[in-house]
Amino acid sequence: MYKALHRVGEYTLLMKKSITLPDRWNMFFKQLIREIYKLGVDSLWIVIIISIFIGTVIAIQISLNISSPLIPKFTIGYTTREIILLEFSSSIMCLILAGKVGSNIASEIGTMRVTEQIDAIEIMGVNSANYLIFPKITGLMLFIPVLVIFSMFTGILGGIAASYLAKDGMTPASFEYGLQFYFNSFYIWYSIIKSIIYAFIISSIAAYFGYYVKGGALEVGKASTNAVVMSSVMILLADVILTHLMLT
Amino acid sequence: MIEVKNITKTFDGRIVLNNISALFEDGKANLIIGRSGSGKTVLIKNIIGLMTPDSGEILYDGRNFLNMSKSDLKLLRREMGMLFQGSALFDSMTVLENVMFPLDVFSKDSARERRKRAEFCLDRVNLSDSGHLYPSEISGGMMKRAAIARAIALQPKYLFCDEPNSGLDPKTSLIIDDLIYSITKEYKMTTVINTHDMNSVMNIGDNIIFIKEGIMEWQGDKHQVITSNNKALNDFIFASDLFRKVKEMENNQEEG
Ligand SMILES: Nc1ncnc2c1ncn2[C@@H]1O[C@H](COP(=O)(O)OP(=O)(O)O)[C@@H](O)[C@H]1O
Ligand SMILES: [Mg+2]
Repeated sequence: MYKALHRVGEYTLLMKKSITLPDRWNMFFKQLIREIYKLGVDSLWIVIIISIFIGTVIAIQISLNISSPLIPKFTIGYTTREIILLEFSSSIMCLILAGKVGSNIASEIGTMRVTEQIDAIEIMGVNSANYLIFPKITGLMLFIPVLVIFSMFTGILGGIAASYLAKDGMTPASFEYGLQFYFNSFYIWYSIIKSIIYAFIISSIAAYFGYYVKGGALEVGKASTNAVVMSSVMILLADVILTHLMLT
Repeated sequence: MIEVKNITKTFDGRIVLNNISALFEDGKANLIIGRSGSGKTVLIKNIIGLMTPDSGEILYDGRNFLNMSKSDLKLLRREMGMLFQGSALFDSMTVLENVMFPLDVFSKDSARERRKRAEFCLDRVNLSDSGHLYPSEISGGMMKRAAIARAIALQPKYLFCDEPNSGLDPKTSLIIDDLIYSITKEYKMTTVINTHDMNSVMNIGDNIIFIKEGIMEWQGDKHQVITSNNKALNDFIFASDLFRKVKEMENNQEEG
């Protein structure tokens, strides 16, 4: 318990040190562009591929489970859309990104810590937390929502593909009708807002675990695992809280 | 000149540096020697401000380091360069970008001038062909040289080196020692070097401080180090057979 409180305190102090206006804007923008580029190149394809497949599978699963003649066929498209917009493209996608991007951030910063690269930045009087962590937080908060939009779009495309492939059950026409049925554009905003908050959770928690590594390569590995576990739990917790706040 | 006065540092109640006082002089290679774990790295980190001592004073040419205004500290930081034990080059940057980093932080020169200065420093350490490579693509000795280039990019008055020879073969170690030494003389820097390498001690030891378990046991130069009668120092130096033989030979000569 004492340790948990200590960590919360340490995390808060680190965020306070990280989230300040950069001393040198040109260095900040250089880092920011690097982060966004890295995130875009590394994660865009995996997001698209996962989303297409999951979109397809969701549509097929629902059509298999709703075989009652009493339920109209467009329900399949409607339900697929709701699942993708409300939960999959934001929460599930960010859980996946927590594993991929979070572990990457924690091990990158952790390696810099144990190889004294952070010390090398500090002796020049540069605020290392601000220089290293702030561009990562900003980069993720700017670009993860973009990935989420890609995921929504390709997920729905996957569903449509399923409707074309299906022999019985859904038809493309009924699926498309379902997609448009009772469409509430707020759900898209809801997902984007959620993803911005998840982006902060992933980047800040991963950075925290990396920044305070002590020891060597083994500890860096442990820190990146811990970062993924902790940010996943926090994403789920935030999901419950945000859903409660925004939809009920 | 750097004056260290009565520095004490503890970790969780364990004393690592015990009331250390020392003088590091201009234009000299000032060596801190001692066994692994004796507190050399902790001492150097306290002097450059990566750690804060529990008590004591550090004076950089009379300027009190531990209670300086922010703007004075910034000026002083510009005058300091550090060579870390594992080189600590930034993995995500090329060698040239690494050397340019301190210039980007401090210098108001144009991008072209900064680049020229970085290339000059790389040339000084014989790495002018490797600027475009990443640290993972070069050898340990080259990484050390690149790190030296980064440390001297701003023409520091004070240069700190933490075990510059660790992980290098004897020949490369000599090259690195000579490089640090000639740069020290060239720019009249106050250079502080942590080492437990006796070759360095005999090569470049202008001013030597020996610490044992956090206590400063002895201070002198490379000529005095061999003839000293300090028991702890002798135990440290003559742990190697070679140096024991050298000492025996010298004793025989004196007798004969
Ligand atoms: N950050 C730290 N926290 C706790 N103990 C430390 C820390 N840094 C160094 N020590 C301890 O201080 C002692 C001296 O270490 P160090 O200065 O690294 O030795 P060396 O002379 O080999 O450079 C060691 O016993 C080490 O365990
Ligand atoms: Mg050491």
